[in-house]
Amino acid sequence: MVRTYLLLAWTWLRASAQYPGPLIMMVIGSFIVSGLDVAAIWVIFEHVGSLGGFDLAEVMFLYGAAGLSFALSDILFGNVERLSQHIKAGTFDTMLIRPAGAFVQMATDRFSVQRLGRLAQAAVVLAIALPQLGLPAGRAWMIPVMILCGTVIFASIFTLGGAMQFLLTDAPEVANAFTYGGSALTQYPLSVYGNELVKGVTFIVPLAFVNWQPALFVLDRPDPLGLPYWLRFAAPLAAVVLSVAAALAWRAGIRRYRSTGS
Amino acid sequence: MRIAAYGFRRHSTYRAAAIAGAFTNTVFGILRAYVLIALWEARPGLAGYDIADAVTFCFLSQAFIGPMQVFGGGLEISERVRTGDVAIDLIRPASLQMWSLADDLGRAAYLFLLRSLPPTIVGAALFGLVVPIDPATWAFFLASFVLGVIVSFGWRYLIALSACWIIDDRGVQSLSLVMTFFFSGMVLPLNLFPGRLGTVAAALPWSAMVQVPADVYLGKRDVLEALGFQSAWAVALLLLGALVTRSARRKVVVQGG
Repeated sequence: MVRTYLLLAWTWLRASAQYPGPLIMMVIGSFIVSGLDVAAIWVIFEHVGSLGGFDLAEVMFLYGAAGLSFALSDILFGNVERLSQHIKAGTFDTMLIRPAGAFVQMATDRFSVQRLGRLAQAAVVLAIALPQLGLPAGRAWMIPVMILCGTVIFASIFTLGGAMQFLLTDAPEVANAFTYGGSALTQYPLSVYGNELVKGVTFIVPLAFVNWQPALFVLDRPDPLGLPYWLRFAAPLAAVVLSVAAALAWRAGIRRYRSTGS
Repeated sequence: MRIAAYGFRRHSTYRAAAIAGAFTNTVFGILRAYVLIALWEARPGLAGYDIADAVTFCFLSQAFIGPMQVFGGGLEISERVRTGDVAIDLIRPASLQMWSLADDLGRAAYLFLLRSLPPTIVGAALFGLVVPIDPATWAFFLASFVLGVIVSFGWRYLIALSACWIIDDRGVQSLSLVMTFFFSGMVLPLNLFPGRLGTVAAALPWSAMVQVPADVYLGKRDVLEALGFQSAWAVALLLLGALVTRSARRKVVVQGG
């Protein structure tokens, strides 16, 4: 499966390299588009010293960690969101009869380096923020763990969003509210949001485990909502549960899929 | 007018997509509202807005995404350039630009109903938005809104026609998205931008799409000056579009033919 993935991804990469000019512009475009969020944070901190009780370096850390997770999952699996287009065009049927998994084919569909722009941008932000925090190794070990778990969580949400499109073929944008909405949500400390919303993204859609809960441990902060301390280490659990749910949803979607028939 | 009505009807086929868009716009509106509330709680009265103004601004800007097509696209021309169909459009007896504009106004009217009203209503229910009492404000807002759509069309038309010269317009589209998104006021109200950046941002055409109509709604800006600013950009972009259309007529390369 990994080999198929790499092979297909490489094929799409070579295809996109046929138009190098637009490709480069798209990488730059995606770097800048995602950089706009940082610009927004910078503009906000021109006016205030802290947001939701967190200073600029801490917000940048939260932003960079979530951004890295999101960009990784977007590069690897983000194309699943194009499922409805394939269903409508009838090309999904072609995928189903090929000797490779439909999920792998969807994930690599139009695989493009343009999303590297976002990845690079998040990495730069994280690299700037980390030295300013001066973290001891006793807490910094959590950072790679949280990025990995965040990637799995976002990838699961992308997959769930894709699976949802088996039902909502005409309304793929609903998935955006959870994928891109999740990315937007995790860019700021969750303490700025209402309590109900934070509880929702902790216990229902576990976006709080992308960066917020582990970051409370890394930054050694009390939880503004007073949630249990062990939740800070629950990111791997959340990632596993969500990815199992996503896999089941995808299977269920494939099973009940009927071609458009036009 | 009739073309606008057809545009309205054509886009009304995509009802589910529009409702999904409204849902997403609403979710983002809620998220952004919380960030702005945190900012304005720390700095009350910032940029001449109070918290209610800031939240209203946030939901209005979300409401503008559909009609103003902030994420770009919405026009079929670039696709038609790539397929070569534009050659037929160019020899039609109607002006390509005016035809597209009418179609786009129909699209905007439809998306206003489906994608602008729901986020605003939800926002009002959750946070309580500023509602102007003076009917004149509503009239001015309507005018400002329509002008905003025309400016947005003028800009997107230019971007779409650029495909006549560079064939693959996706790169230009994505750069256009950057400019529109940031300098329209979608990310943050433009009057928060510090110093010269703020001055420049306020003078650029993109501010006519989100910031200016929202300010007219909130009554934060001299109405005549605001409408004049939008009209000036609308006329400038449409004129430029007409020029580009004329040269495209001579330039167009029909691929594969």
